[in-house]
Amino acid sequence: MKLEIRDLRVSFAGHSVASVPELTVDAGEIVGLAGESGSGKSMTILAVLGLAGTAGAAVTGSVRLDGQELIGLSDALLRAIRGRRIAAIFQSPALAFNPVFRVGAIVSRALRQHGLSAAQARERADAAMRSVLLSPDLLARYPAQLSGGQLQRVAIALALALRAEVLLADEPTSALDVTVQAEVLELLRELRDSRGMAILFVSHDLAVIAELCDRVAIMRAGEVVEQGPTGQVIAAPRHDYTRELLAAVPRLGQ
Amino acid sequence: MADDILLDVRDLKVNFGPVRAVDGVSMAIGRGPFGIALVGESGSGKTTVGRAILRLVPASGGTIAFDGQNVLGLRGPRLRAYRRAAQIVFQDADNSLDPRMRVGAIIGEVLSSHGLAGRGAVGDRVAALLSEAALDPALASRYPHQLSGGQRQRVAIARALAVSPRLLVLDEPTSALDVTAQARILALVRRLRDERQLAYLLITHNLAIIPGLCEQMVVLYLGRVAESGPTGELLARPAHPYTLALRSAVPEVEAAARRSRIILRGDTPHAASPPPGCPFHPRCPLVIDVCRTTVPPLQAVAPGRQAACHRADEVLSGLRPPGASAQLAEDPGHAS
Amino acid sequence: MSGTWRLLRANPLMATGALISLLIVLVAVFAPLIVPYPADAGSATHPEMALQAPSMQHLFGTDQVGRDVFSRVLEGTRVSPVVAVFVLLIACLVGIPLGVVAGYFGGVADESVMRVTDIFLAFPPLLLALAFATALPANLTSLTIAIAITWWPWYTRLVRGQAASVAGRPYVEACRALGIPSWRILLRHVLPNSVTPVVVQVSLDVGGVILTASALSFLGLGAQDPTPDWGLMVAEGQNYFTTQWWLVTFPGLAILLTALAFSLLGDGLRDVLDPRRVLIR
Repeated sequence: MKLEIRDLRVSFAGHSVASVPELTVDAGEIVGLAGESGSGKSMTILAVLGLAGTAGAAVTGSVRLDGQELIGLSDALLRAIRGRRIAAIFQSPALAFNPVFRVGAIVSRALRQHGLSAAQARERADAAMRSVLLSPDLLARYPAQLSGGQLQRVAIALALALRAEVLLADEPTSALDVTVQAEVLELLRELRDSRGMAILFVSHDLAVIAELCDRVAIMRAGEVVEQGPTGQVIAAPRHDYTRELLAAVPRLGQ
Repeated sequence: MADDILLDVRDLKVNFGPVRAVDGVSMAIGRGPFGIALVGESGSGKTTVGRAILRLVPASGGTIAFDGQNVLGLRGPRLRAYRRAAQIVFQDADNSLDPRMRVGAIIGEVLSSHGLAGRGAVGDRVAALLSEAALDPALASRYPHQLSGGQRQRVAIARALAVSPRLLVLDEPTSALDVTAQARILALVRRLRDERQLAYLLITHNLAIIPGLCEQMVVLYLGRVAESGPTGELLARPAHPYTLALRSAVPEVEAAARRSRIILRGDTPHAASPPPGCPFHPRCPLVIDVCRTTVPPLQAVAPGRQAACHRADEVLSGLRPPGASAQLAEDPGHAS
Repeated sequence: MSGTWRLLRANPLMATGALISLLIVLVAVFAPLIVPYPADAGSATHPEMALQAPSMQHLFGTDQVGRDVFSRVLEGTRVSPVVAVFVLLIACLVGIPLGVVAGYFGGVADESVMRVTDIFLAFPPLLLALAFATALPANLTSLTIAIAITWWPWYTRLVRGQAASVAGRPYVEACRALGIPSWRILLRHVLPNSVTPVVVQVSLDVGGVILTASALSFLGLGAQDPTPDWGLMVAEGQNYFTTQWWLVTFPGLAILLTALAFSLLGDGLRDVLDPRRVLIR
């Protein structure tokens, strides 16, 4: 298993906001974490990245990357892993890019941070941009000159350039137009199929999860209420909340 | 036929400086109960159309007639009277309520401003409106930040209903909400439609919420109408490639309902620099030479249906794009 | 009430400021009852007791005509702070409505108000007050008016920025869509959401106004003898500074303390009125 989460608990002042007893993501699969606001899904992502502590939370449990324990790891070691082996993309791509720097500068700095030379960084960045179907010329632009969809794809390109093995995606398409969303989702499928990436995809949109994810865990109020292969959970939900969620999703194909 | 029309929009244009946000949009909203959806993605101008109808942004051209009366020329007391007849619920429920006022005061203010309730009656009217919006009347003493997102949106709806409007514009009413809250709001709109004989314009980018709510729909692209017609027919047999792509992009929970994806390369071009010819041609999977030079006019393609596409008849008859191929995305010329 | 208590405990500096401010107000209110030599604050003079060092009978000593300095300093709480209150009141009553109208309506209203404001703001405040004060007869009323005239533009500018920002907010747009008349929107929505920075600024300015008033009185343009204005007392005592230090020191300390107390209070108020706090309520 690429990413193994066991008994993960994130709490604020003794009050648990996210509790995941068991969740695994293997290379070449997309696992979905579905839930509404306040379900704890975003906190789970932060905890995996080792960033929950900065928000003031206490994290217990185990998160293993290729067998290596991440919880409790020193900041220095975590920084080497973050971005390089576990990459993350978030809902608002504009927030991930400092507006005063050109996008290419941000990308190459991240690459050089992880040990590449300037020339190597340039090469990798260009190749990664092409993989996400963007012209490398766009690297010369400022974030404000790119659309939300383009920025999100640059964020994915960065993950590719770093040769990340795991991608954590927290509502990456919620703020995008539906046609652009379709593009980004196809890109994620590509990453899973041709590069064997392990992707943990967080979303409140069950329809997206149904289409994209191989397995899914449903969260509500900080607890995992149901999990399993996506097809199964959708066709035969066992928990009332899952049924409630499925009933609430508007269907176009009627 | 003209008698059935409550709001008649003809060739509406709205410019923000050089940007043509709305570039010749026409549509007719029938008398209630009636629902029409305005669909589009970012840059389509759909929100601007809603605002123009409510006189919140100035129109640069075209006409809007409500019950036969010219809306764009209204002033003073006539304008205020129009504001009682047509109302809007905004997308951003969190910020459309004054954070310093209690819910009861927010709604009560509308009633007092229009003289719709005497001082003693305000409290009762507010309670009645809250109940109608499926909210506990006791919430009147709370502040907006003490309510959930779904509740805030329902307060906004109750407030809009305070003036007993005949036309309600719903601007992305559920985009910021969880799916269960969304389902409740949509059910509320359905109920209000029946109980109040309401006519509404549903502005949304989410095709999935339209069936069951709106009998007509209009698809916008870059400030222009791509196609319009009865919802069921339009979605079952689109006449415009953009509608095809939009429909195919909607994610479906049921595997059986999924269609093969038509992936559009690139993003919507910026309204400040629209491409020549058909605005959709840079991303269109069915583009031919004429599309690059000539703007397709909006024409009837079937009874009650119009489309602006040189190949509309072919699309209607079943023409579909070949499988999506991985080509380098064209630079859409975004704000260079 | 418990909320306020918790607030004061979390904010010791603000609590100190609040306490001292309260003390000053109490002294001002009860001055006639606690002042040991009430006549000395008026026109009484006792030349035979002039320039005595601080002692048990005269806590702050006596001045050059024998008046008890302690009594005069205490009575002074009814002069300078009162001037400050009136100045700020006038500045608010003039400045805030102008700022709100300019910010909300923009366009011509904004341009005309702001150009006038800019003209006033172009001058150093003290010099401007000086100019007005010299044009008017030298008394407390003129002092109040002169300083008020130089003070209102700051509030206009402050409020205008806020009002412009509030005018663009979704809930204000919603009000317009609902057909709520402009005057009502201004009064019930724009004004309450725009005055926060002014409220804080006002408490910070109490000290500033007192200092300005003291400076003008020092220059002979405001209060006149025998009014126990602190600035005037400092002016009258400056010739004796090296030998009879108490004539200048105690009134000076009173000015310092008052300015400091209201500044601390203002700083604390800024935190209290932080909109994020409203959300935690």
